[in-house]
Amino acid sequence: MATKAQNRITPLTIISFALVAIWLIIAAFPFLWTLWGSFKVQSDFFSKADWRNAFYGINTIKETGSAFTGAGYHGAWVQEEFWRNVLNTGIVVFFTVVISLTFGTLGGYALARSGFRYAFWILMAALVFRAMPHITLVSGYMLPFFEWNIWGLLPTTIIVLVAINQPFTLWMLHSFFLNIPKDMDESAMVDGCTRFQAFRHVIIPVMWPGVVTTGLFSFLLAYNDFAVTSMLLSAENETMVPAIASFLGTTQVQGNVMFAVAAVVSATAPLFILILFFQRQIVSGLTAGAVKG
Amino acid sequence: MKHRTFLWFILPTLSAMILFIALPIVSVFIQSLHVGHEQVIVVSESCGPFGCTPTTSIDLEATAKLQDEQPLGKFNGLSTYTNRSHLAFQELAEAWRTTQTFGEFWDQVFNLPFYRALIFTLTYTAVVTPMVIALGLAIAVGVNNLPKFLKGPSIFISLLPFLVTPLVGSLILYWMVDADGVIGATLQNIFDDPSLSLKASTALTWVMLIVYGVWHMLPFSFITFYAGLQTVPEDTMEAAQIDGASKWQSLIHVIVPHLAPLMSFVTLMMLMDNFRVFEPIVSFSAEAHATSLSWIIFNDLRESGNPLYGSAGATSILTVIGVVILLTPVLIRTWRDFNRKAH
Amino acid sequence: MFLRKIAATTAFMGLMGSAAYAAGCGPEGQSIRILASDFPAIHAVVGAAQANCGAAAAEFKPNHTTEARQIMNAALTPNPAEYTSVIVANSTLTQLMNDGLVRPLNDLVEKYGEHIKPNQLITIDGKVMAIAFMANSQHLFARKDVLEEAGVGTIPATYEEVLSAAEKIRAAGIMDYPVTMNMKMGWNIGEMFNMVYLGHGGDLFKPGSAEPNVNNAQGIATLNMLKALTEYANPDILTYASNETQGAWEAGEAALGIMWGSRGSPILDDEGSTKEITSNTVLAAAPAVGGGSIPSATLWWDGITISANVSDEEAEATFAALASALTPELVAAHNDDAVWLLEGFKPGPAAAGVAATARGGAKPYPMIPYIGIMHGALGAELSDFLKGSESAEQALADVEAAYVTAAKEAGFLQ
Repeated sequence: MATKAQNRITPLTIISFALVAIWLIIAAFPFLWTLWGSFKVQSDFFSKADWRNAFYGINTIKETGSAFTGAGYHGAWVQEEFWRNVLNTGIVVFFTVVISLTFGTLGGYALARSGFRYAFWILMAALVFRAMPHITLVSGYMLPFFEWNIWGLLPTTIIVLVAINQPFTLWMLHSFFLNIPKDMDESAMVDGCTRFQAFRHVIIPVMWPGVVTTGLFSFLLAYNDFAVTSMLLSAENETMVPAIASFLGTTQVQGNVMFAVAAVVSATAPLFILILFFQRQIVSGLTAGAVKG
Repeated sequence: MKHRTFLWFILPTLSAMILFIALPIVSVFIQSLHVGHEQVIVVSESCGPFGCTPTTSIDLEATAKLQDEQPLGKFNGLSTYTNRSHLAFQELAEAWRTTQTFGEFWDQVFNLPFYRALIFTLTYTAVVTPMVIALGLAIAVGVNNLPKFLKGPSIFISLLPFLVTPLVGSLILYWMVDADGVIGATLQNIFDDPSLSLKASTALTWVMLIVYGVWHMLPFSFITFYAGLQTVPEDTMEAAQIDGASKWQSLIHVIVPHLAPLMSFVTLMMLMDNFRVFEPIVSFSAEAHATSLSWIIFNDLRESGNPLYGSAGATSILTVIGVVILLTPVLIRTWRDFNRKAH
Repeated sequence: MFLRKIAATTAFMGLMGSAAYAAGCGPEGQSIRILASDFPAIHAVVGAAQANCGAAAAEFKPNHTTEARQIMNAALTPNPAEYTSVIVANSTLTQLMNDGLVRPLNDLVEKYGEHIKPNQLITIDGKVMAIAFMANSQHLFARKDVLEEAGVGTIPATYEEVLSAAEKIRAAGIMDYPVTMNMKMGWNIGEMFNMVYLGHGGDLFKPGSAEPNVNNAQGIATLNMLKALTEYANPDILTYASNETQGAWEAGEAALGIMWGSRGSPILDDEGSTKEITSNTVLAAAPAVGGGSIPSATLWWDGITISANVSDEEAEATFAALASALTPELVAAHNDDAVWLLEGFKPGPAAAGVAATARGGAKPYPMIPYIGIMHGALGAELSDFLKGSESAEQALADVEAAYVTAAKEAGFLQ
């Protein structure tokens, strides 16, 4: 509870508030701008004549009759069937998070309870694995995947995303488990449970804050991935981010940038809603674990 | 925990990591020790819609036999690591011999692609990491002191830059920063210089990329420190105030030490991710002014027609080694903590 | 997706009037799998092939992706290959041929090639490796109203004339940066160098070998010309690819542009620009340079190849399906989508530049095995010179050094 003494306004407090205010504007402005601009036409949002056109929508009024237009959204969702990409992303992300957390909780628990030297070295190895650039790994996967005929399938991408994100998941979860007192599962084992039964009956009920937080980071890593999904999926299986990249056109052929803008807004909207609902869990989850390092 | 139980628990995650990361790393390393077999080139003629022109093509049969015997290619040892596109030992030695001043030597080093990328990558990492940590802490403290009803929305807004995929986030900023975009035009107004363009100068491009890096990574640091602030023991804070500490002093002497383990975690992640910076360079079309190690790999694999796997592999291994070197202080600290906890 | 549906529907309607094509679909019940880029014209061709022969095949799976170039070699290596056909361009055909992944088409052309004209055949040493169906090139775009206002009488025919016209436009105060080109570091700047260097009559490699040949008088002249052009272009020019150059053009910020012919159609259409700009945009041949007589451009084609690592029946069915699409009906339905090499193409205003450049005798983009490496080296090493921080000789020496390093790794040099 904040006391009166703590609530005194000092110069430091003012600077602090000002800093927060500036940061909030900087953080939100690009998204608000893009949201606003997604309802305009290209010659307004990307106007070279006057950037204020994006604000008033001069060309939008000229080309479509009103200051706001849903043409970008219609083009992306209906014409280019962006909803397929959304569906693909949903499938990939759901399975990636579930499998990743399953593997990660088992592994993280083991590493937290092990006490032997090799646990440390496995964590170090995981760190080194995370340092490897993804693009090299994915280029190496392509030939074997083509040979075994598993390229372009969603399950392949899911497994690759799970494996590539394991190091980060392991690190986060192992530190959460370090903060669950050893006595809990040890007393269960004294009472006759095997290690796995102790894990299942004692640890699982209390591990949710940490798991939710790690799950969120896994979700973001899978949702926002470009390197893996662009090279391992064919056009019909594409997830959202490579689809957005493909709307931008190439050097020889004009793309449709407003489709990309509308798709970007559509892709970010679910994340907003997710954060809105899970805000408290994220904070409490981080409190429960990574805090103590 | 018994060894066998440990093995069963860790088997799924370990096998995924070994199959998809460890084995490929070994394979990439082996690939980087080889170069392609000698290609036999024959003169030929190609005809098309625009007429016939003399050209050359590869005699595939001649190389096929070599290819079958040694599918990996010709063993080249560590020469790929020391060639001009990587550590460039020969070029460095020659530059050292022939240049008179340190400035000239520096110019020649900067001319080499790997070192140019390394210098930008190190600068980016060295500037973005401390800024993200310091600002993240400052904003976490600031948000923590906000009235309750403002806290929720502030946390929400603060997380936004981290949510968007880097490719798209940097593209959005690129559009805004263009000389005709909202930020670019505003900057021109502020500095009263109609020819000011962030994309035209190398120094400004570096600044733009660094600002983007801080903008994108700040939420991660912010949310971690904010969570940590919730666990600062009340009694210690009150005791410090009773002893007459100002807000600034209690920040430095109570809060920062309490959050020290968190800072190592965030530093670890930041160092690693910043050293592998890549998406902003592509999205901001900044290749003319700034390249990074990951970008060189991207270029080797994508822009050279038939991908240069050996070269890309060597740069990847060098990146991993670079990350390990950067992380050494943090790793030593983690090793000490681990020993303390386990005993 | 939408374009593919339109293409398929149109092709189908054209089909209703001529059932004879259905017979030319080759062996039935085969699997036809095509890898292609995401261009509307290619969608049209593949869509027509699907409409004609999709029913006769066991499966017809096209994959239109922007990542086609990155995955094609790995996709065609296993036996059976992931795709039976790849729609390639000059550079990607070389990429596939370097690994021996495409097969000669001479006998298939004899069997199914009634509509294929002789100039569509891409042959290496007499073996037909691809069937081209459309052409593209960079060439000159000019705003004739701005040129008139500045007192320039004719559309510039050489780069030297481009420079003097730009100077007049700037002196007249009409535009500060009248020139716009695709000079983004990487592939685009490499391509600009290629075009102007070939215009000077230079050869990128020593004849018959893989040794580089750019550090010479023509190379230096090329770099100096590029530098001179950037003086008249927007300071951001080193970040400009086609989206930016087209944007600048449609906003009326440039009067002399070197842009892709395939961007001609979107520029001249009703969206994104004003009547004043589009009605005054003239598409002309790429300028010559340095006293040469040929336009400084590289000509590109897009065409059909068939994988080597698939069964002969699949190869035949795929070729028959794709060849059946290359008809005058397809061209009539999509006349302005590309500069077609097929019968029945009526070049509109958007195709004028490419047609003029080809007529002028411009050279095709070289189909040499190590051109990709040279292009990559050019793209990576020219930025310092264009920013003014190193000399032309040093830049070209860097290009050659970078090329030699990469060529040694690929086995072209020892």
